Amino acid sequence: MESFVFYIFAFMVVAGGWVVIYSNNLIYSAFSLLFTFVGLAGLYGLLMADFIAATQILIYAGGVLILLLFGIMLTARKTSIEITQSNLPRLPGAIISSLIFLLLMVVIFSEPNWNSATNPGVKETVPVIGKLLMTKYLIPFELASILLLAALIGSVFIARREDS
Amino acid sequence: MLWDLGSVLMFMVTSLVIIGITLLIAKLFRRDNPTEEKLTSYECGEDPVGNPWVQFNIRFYVVALIFLIFEVEIVFLYPWATVFKEMGFFTFVEMMIFVGILLVGYAYVWVKGDLNWVLPKPKYTADFDYSNVPRFKKPDAEKARKLQAVE
Repeated sequence: MESFVFYIFAFMVVAGGWVVIYSNNLIYSAFSLLFTFVGLAGLYGLLMADFIAATQILIYAGGVLILLLFGIMLTARKTSIEITQSNLPRLPGAIISSLIFLLLMVVIFSEPNWNSATNPGVKETVPVIGKLLMTKYLIPFELASILLLAALIGSVFIARREDS
Repeated sequence: MLWDLGSVLMFMVTSLVIIGITLLIAKLFRRDNPTEEKLTSYECGEDPVGNPWVQFNIRFYVVALIFLIFEVEIVFLYPWATVFKEMGFFTFVEMMIFVGILLVGYAYVWVKGDLNWVLPKPKYTADFDYSNVPRFKKPDAEKARKLQAVE
């Protein structure tokens, strides 16, 4: 059952990524990115990483994608120009991605005992993360808010239309 | 899967299946006779003109950026909310510091006017001179008096 669900989500991720790359219309690319994000969230869920799954849905599917769509729609002033993407450097891309694939395969198959690890049992990770954030990682947690503040002010400052 | 996310998955699958079955039943029973007029976009009876892919206002983008930042804040609030009750008041203070730092950014964008929705200037304001627009012409005073006299 779990492997069946895994294959469905993996298919969603791969097919979504395929459309993102090969679609001629940028809008279609952006929307099919939704499938990739949701499929990734499902994969995280299968790995019992509930916090990461929720984060993936909230931030990527709910936020980043909206931002991407706005970005595309904001640039569509001239209807005569078809906004498409061209993935021209195919050979270097193929070489790089096959090298990464090779590296992953080497790492996966050189690790001897994939199946021998005992299942630690299903546990909710969110309260554990919450406790750690409030005690051990308090300083990074507060620093994260400063980072977010800098990101907020910086991005708004860049995106603001200055009336000169 | 003995876990809550399994029920989320079942919810998603069930909703997809129900939608699929509904559409399938509709497909089986409806008449299918498309013409060119039926296949055009619905524009309240008007002929659709131009590209539906219009340019959005830049304001949407700035608001979406601000929204994204506060969504990341929500992601931090979520694990905090699950342990807040058992860990007591100190965690509340910690989170208030976190939110307070972000509120500085909120105050910044508010003061700088990035949240103001700039409206296009309306043509017909209160001080607009309507006297040249034919359908808003003031009624002819002389004519009105004559009409009253007749009555």
